[in-house]
Amino acid sequence: MEFFQHFLNALQFGSFYALIALGYTLVYGVLRLINFAHGDIFMVGAYIAYFVAVLLLGGEGMSGLGLTPAMTLAITVPVTMILTSLVGVTLERTMYRPLRRKGADRLYVVITALMAGLMLENGNLALLGASRKSFPELMHKVVWTFGGVSVTNLKVVVIVAAIVVFVLLEFIVSKTKIGMAMRGISYDKFAIPLMGIPLDTIIVFTFILGSSMAGLAGILYAMSYPILEPYMGALIGWKAFIAAVVGGIGDIRGAIVGGFLLGFIEIGVVAVFPSTLRDLFAFSVLLGILWLKPTGLFGVAQTTKI
Amino acid sequence: MQKHTFTISLFAGIFVLTAMAQFGVINQYLVSVIMLMGVNIMLSTSLNLVNGYMGEFSCGHGGFMCVGAYVSSIVTVLLFSKNHILGAPLLPPSLALFAFPLALFAGAAVAAVAGLVVAIPSFKTRGDYLAIITLAANYIVISAIDNMEIIGGPRGFMGMNATVNGMEGLLDIPWMLLWVLFGTVFTVWLLRRFVSSTLGKGVPAIAQDEIAAEIMSVDTNRMKLIAFMLSSGLAGLAGGLFAHILGYVNPHSFDIMKSTEVMVMVYLGGMGSLSGATLSAILFTVLLEVLRPLEIWKWVVIPLLLILLMQFRPEGIMGNKELSDLFPKLKKYYSFK
Repeated sequence: MEFFQHFLNALQFGSFYALIALGYTLVYGVLRLINFAHGDIFMVGAYIAYFVAVLLLGGEGMSGLGLTPAMTLAITVPVTMILTSLVGVTLERTMYRPLRRKGADRLYVVITALMAGLMLENGNLALLGASRKSFPELMHKVVWTFGGVSVTNLKVVVIVAAIVVFVLLEFIVSKTKIGMAMRGISYDKFAIPLMGIPLDTIIVFTFILGSSMAGLAGILYAMSYPILEPYMGALIGWKAFIAAVVGGIGDIRGAIVGGFLLGFIEIGVVAVFPSTLRDLFAFSVLLGILWLKPTGLFGVAQTTKI
Repeated sequence: MQKHTFTISLFAGIFVLTAMAQFGVINQYLVSVIMLMGVNIMLSTSLNLVNGYMGEFSCGHGGFMCVGAYVSSIVTVLLFSKNHILGAPLLPPSLALFAFPLALFAGAAVAAVAGLVVAIPSFKTRGDYLAIITLAANYIVISAIDNMEIIGGPRGFMGMNATVNGMEGLLDIPWMLLWVLFGTVFTVWLLRRFVSSTLGKGVPAIAQDEIAAEIMSVDTNRMKLIAFMLSSGLAGLAGGLFAHILGYVNPHSFDIMKSTEVMVMVYLGGMGSLSGATLSAILFTVLLEVLRPLEIWKWVVIPLLLILLMQFRPEGIMGNKELSDLFPKLKKYYSFK
C-alpha cells in the first residue's frame, strides 16, 4: 500500500517537472535555444497567480473583490496563463528577437536567457522583499482513501492537468497547421519564410504555449505547496530542464517521460534513503543515462555532413 | 632588457603589493578585494579554456572549484589544526609554509580527476547535452558534500586559519596575498603557454571544426581530456586558495550561482582571449564591490548590463583578440615565442 502512496506522490511531482519541461522542449524544438529563464517564468507564474487570487479573494491585508474560492480559481487559471505568457513573449520580443535578427551566435542568446532569469529572480526579491508569501486556499481539500492509499483532489487535478496538457500539445504539434510550421522551423529556419510562413508569429506562438504551461504549473505548484519565494523557480527549473534533456530535448514525449522519470527517481530515493540524498541520486542517475545515451531517451542523433 | 619589462614589472608589482599590505598602506578590505580578484582571474581564465577556446558550454565550473576547496582544506586541517573528527594536528605549524602548496596541489589534482566526469562524456557528445552534464556534475558535487557529515555537510567546514597562522608564525608577512598572486600568475602563464603551444593549437581547432581537426591529425579525445582536466584542475587550485582566504567553506557558495558568475566573466571578457578574461575578472570584482550599496538590486543591474552587452557587443570586451593584438606596440615589452 505504501508503494501506491509513493507512486501517486511521484506522479504528482513528475507532473510539475513535466509541465515545466514541456516549455523548455517546445522552445528548444523550434529555436534550438535553451530558454534558461523558463524556470523563473514558472516562478513569476506562481506570483502572478498569488496576486490575482488575493485580488479576487481578499485577505493578506487587501480587501479584494470578495469572490468565492471556486470563482477565484476559475478566473485565476486563465488570467495567470495569459499574463505569464505575456512575460515569456516580452522576453522573446525585447531580448531574443533582436539577437536573432542580427544573426548572433546561439550562445549569446543562451547567456541572455540566463541573465533574464537572474533579473526576474532578483528583481522579484528586490521589489517584493524576502518575506515568503503564502498562497490562499482556492480548492476545498477532499481526501479520498482507497484501502490505505489517500488521494487529495488537488493531486488528481495536477496529474490530470499534466496529461491533458501533454495530449493537447502533442495534438497541436503533430496534427495542426501551426504545429507543422513549428516542426518546419526546427527543420530548416531559412526555407520556412520562403514557404510563406510568418516565422516570428510562429515563434511567438511557441513562447505563448510554453510560458502559459509554466503559468499553469505555477498555479498548481502554489496550490500544492502554498509557500512562494523568489528562488523557488531556480532549482525546479534546472531540474525540469535536465528532465527534458534526459527525455530528449525537442521531443514532447521526451519531456513527459523525463519529467515523470525524475519524479519517480526522487520519490523512490526519499522512500528508501534519507531525503538529503535525493538530489545526489537523482542527478547521478540522470548523468548515467546521459553517459549511456547522450542524446536522451527520445532524441535522435544529428548527423554532421562533411 | 626591454623584452623583460613585463616580467620584471609583474614581479615588482607583486612585491610592491605585498609590501603595501605588510606596512598597512592598503587596508585589509582592499587586500581581500585584491585576493578575490586573483581568484576570479584564475576561475575565468581556466573556464575560458573550455568555453572560449574549445567552444563548449560548461556551466558547472563551481563544482570543480568546490572539489579543490574541500580537498585542500581537508589536507591542511588534517595536518595543522585540531578537529573533533580528524583529530590532533599531525605536523608542527612551522611546516605549514611547505605543506600549504602541496595541499593546494592535492586539491587541484583531485579537481582535475573530477573533471573526468565531464571529459569522458564529451567524447561522444557536445553542445547542449554536454552543458547538462556539467550542470549535473555541479549539483552532484554540492549534494555529495551536503551529505558528508564528517566534513560538516551543509553547515560548512572550517579550521583552515591554523595553517595561515602557522605560515605567519614563521614569518609575519601577508602570505595568503602572496600565494594568491603567485597562483594567478601561474594560472595565466600555464594557460598562455598551453594555448600557444603546438599541442594546444588543437583546442581552437576543435572549436572550429571537430571533424576537420581530426582529419588534420588532432587527437580530439585526448585534447578534450587535457582541456577539461586542466580547466577543472586550475579551478580546483582557485578553490583551494579561496577556501584559505576565507578560512571557511560552505558547499552552497559553489553552486550554480557561482558557476554563472564565472561564465559572466568569460563572456564579458570575450571568448578565447586570456587578457579579456583577466580584464573582465578584474572589472567584475570591482563592479561587485562598487555596486555593493545597491544590495539586492546589484543582481538586477549586473544581468541587465550583460544583456545590453550581448545586444550591442556580443563578442565581449576584447572579442577573441588579445591585448597585444589591439596594441601591437606592447609586444616590445615581453618576450614570448
